[in-house]
Amino acid sequence: MVPASLAVLVIDENRIRASIIEAGLREAGHQRVTVLHDVSGIARRIAEIEPDVIVIDLENPNRDMLENMFQLSRAVKRPIAMFVDRSDQASIEAAVDAGVSAYVVDGLRQERVKPILDMAVSRFNAFSRMARELEEARNELEHRKVIDRAKGILMKSRGLSEEAAYTLLRKTAMNQNRKIGDIAQALVTTAGLLGPLEDE
Amino acid sequence: MTMRAEHQITAGFMPLFDSAVLVAAGEMGFAAREGVELVLHRETSWANIRDRIAIGHFDLAHMLGPMPLACNLGLTPLASETIVPFSLGLGGNCITVSNAVWNGMAAHGAVSDLDPAPAGEALGAFIRDRVAAGGEPLRFAVVHPHSGHNYELRYWLAACGIDPERQIEIVIVPPPFMADALATGRIDGYCVGEPWNSAAVAAGIGHIVTVKALLWRNSPEKVIGARKAWAEEQPEALAALLRALHHSARWCQDKANRDELAALMAQAGFLGQKPALQMPALTGHLALGGGAERTVEDFFVPFDKAANFPWKSHALWFYTQMARWGQLAHTPGNLAIARDCYRPDLYRAALKPLGVALPGANAKVEGALKTATPVGSAGASLVLGPDGFFDGQIFDPDEIDAYIAAQNPGRSPQIREGR
Repeated sequence: MVPASLAVLVIDENRIRASIIEAGLREAGHQRVTVLHDVSGIARRIAEIEPDVIVIDLENPNRDMLENMFQLSRAVKRPIAMFVDRSDQASIEAAVDAGVSAYVVDGLRQERVKPILDMAVSRFNAFSRMARELEEARNELEHRKVIDRAKGILMKSRGLSEEAAYTLLRKTAMNQNRKIGDIAQALVTTAGLLGPLEDE
Repeated sequence: MTMRAEHQITAGFMPLFDSAVLVAAGEMGFAAREGVELVLHRETSWANIRDRIAIGHFDLAHMLGPMPLACNLGLTPLASETIVPFSLGLGGNCITVSNAVWNGMAAHGAVSDLDPAPAGEALGAFIRDRVAAGGEPLRFAVVHPHSGHNYELRYWLAACGIDPERQIEIVIVPPPFMADALATGRIDGYCVGEPWNSAAVAAGIGHIVTVKALLWRNSPEKVIGARKAWAEEQPEALAALLRALHHSARWCQDKANRDELAALMAQAGFLGQKPALQMPALTGHLALGGGAERTVEDFFVPFDKAANFPWKSHALWFYTQMARWGQLAHTPGNLAIARDCYRPDLYRAALKPLGVALPGANAKVEGALKTATPVGSAGASLVLGPDGFFDGQIFDPDEIDAYIAAQNPGRSPQIREGR
């Protein structure tokens, strides 16, 4: 007999991450998936949805409120426990490392829930990686912009070519054992303090 | 500093003013001087702190005083055995209500003087009127079910004749969201640490009606909770950190350092609130709302009055309140677990080399000291108390059965499953 499909509730303020999880659950054949981005009125929603599994991100400051609600079964009809399989410390660690936690209704067999938690963990990790890469790309762009501005200041104030301006920045950075971006930033800040040398 | 630290300790904290002793230990060099590299992580929920202690991300953390008890008593999921070798201070909380509730209380004679008994009486009269008019029960928020806030709010209400189980509703709201929840009417009042009461008053949306220091003078609040397995593996690291915390607490108590401490806690990585908002916790000078002001003695005590000593009687009082409100069954087994959680022996052993005043007893009768009292101690002099409850009750940790029985007339403790 095929067990009835599980109702899964995803609580995540991050809409992009929530939709990534939702897509993963649907790909894995879970059709009864609900996503909530904020927790106002959540007791009523939980009573309506009657989730078997609740997936929540650890950044959510409302975790204490939710756990308390899960323990007071009058709010949620069926008692909900944290997904904890003592014999599987590694999967608990993986979940906390990834920044996700799961709660299940009491009595639900662990093997039915574990694939959901594993999927959530891998998608959370993929999301963090993506966010990190995006942040690095953004920093790189900022870095280039500030070097360009510093070059512009040097070209204008010292009458240098672009290449000579860059060489001067690089040499200064090497001599002072600092990063070229830091030297460029210092120059841009100083120029800003000393007056409108730049015409932007 | 080029010398490599002898010990590395990772600690979690929540953005509350009473994390100050832990934060300053790391940021003001006290830990480094004891050979400890203290890495601090700000967290967003007590549940995260509990989980990260359990799986070993944190060795220890800023915790609610009852939280380690709840872990050891099996009241929380994913708990690891947690011990309390140090208390982070006494007092520091307030009870704040919405302007609408304050106006209702004022109509029943409440005045802005923070006196708990008349304030509770006025609140009771307001609640009875509201119920008679068919109004919804008032909703109060606390930060966690296993918190000093939950127990002191309930203690105050019950002593003033208001049944916190039936006549009001108590919900959980994270500290930084309290003022906002009050402003939008989702809650009518709350009990929380600073600066989240002064924040509501400054925004003109709330009124402080009483404070923890007046409900139970010099009473326990936050503690250092350490994973027991870690503490047993790293006794020297723990002892070094306890000495650093001792020096940090003394620094935090010193009036001369108030501005510097307020500026430190105001930083974005800690509380991220203006330095001026940190001052009420430090001075005890509170704006209550509507222009009223009061200065509360011993509002928050980070060091004096043996504030850092982990009294077993403090843990046991929390235990009696867990039993009182049906969070656990009072059994000899549970009582033994509660008795073993706070560890004055570790505190004493770590601080002994410093030659500072140390209490000789592990527990005391709470509420017995009407005035500040010098007590006999190993070495230098020590002053305790006053430690009175506002209703004049006394808690004798040797008479726990009687205390619990007296607080639960006719109530059969509802047993909630531990998970």
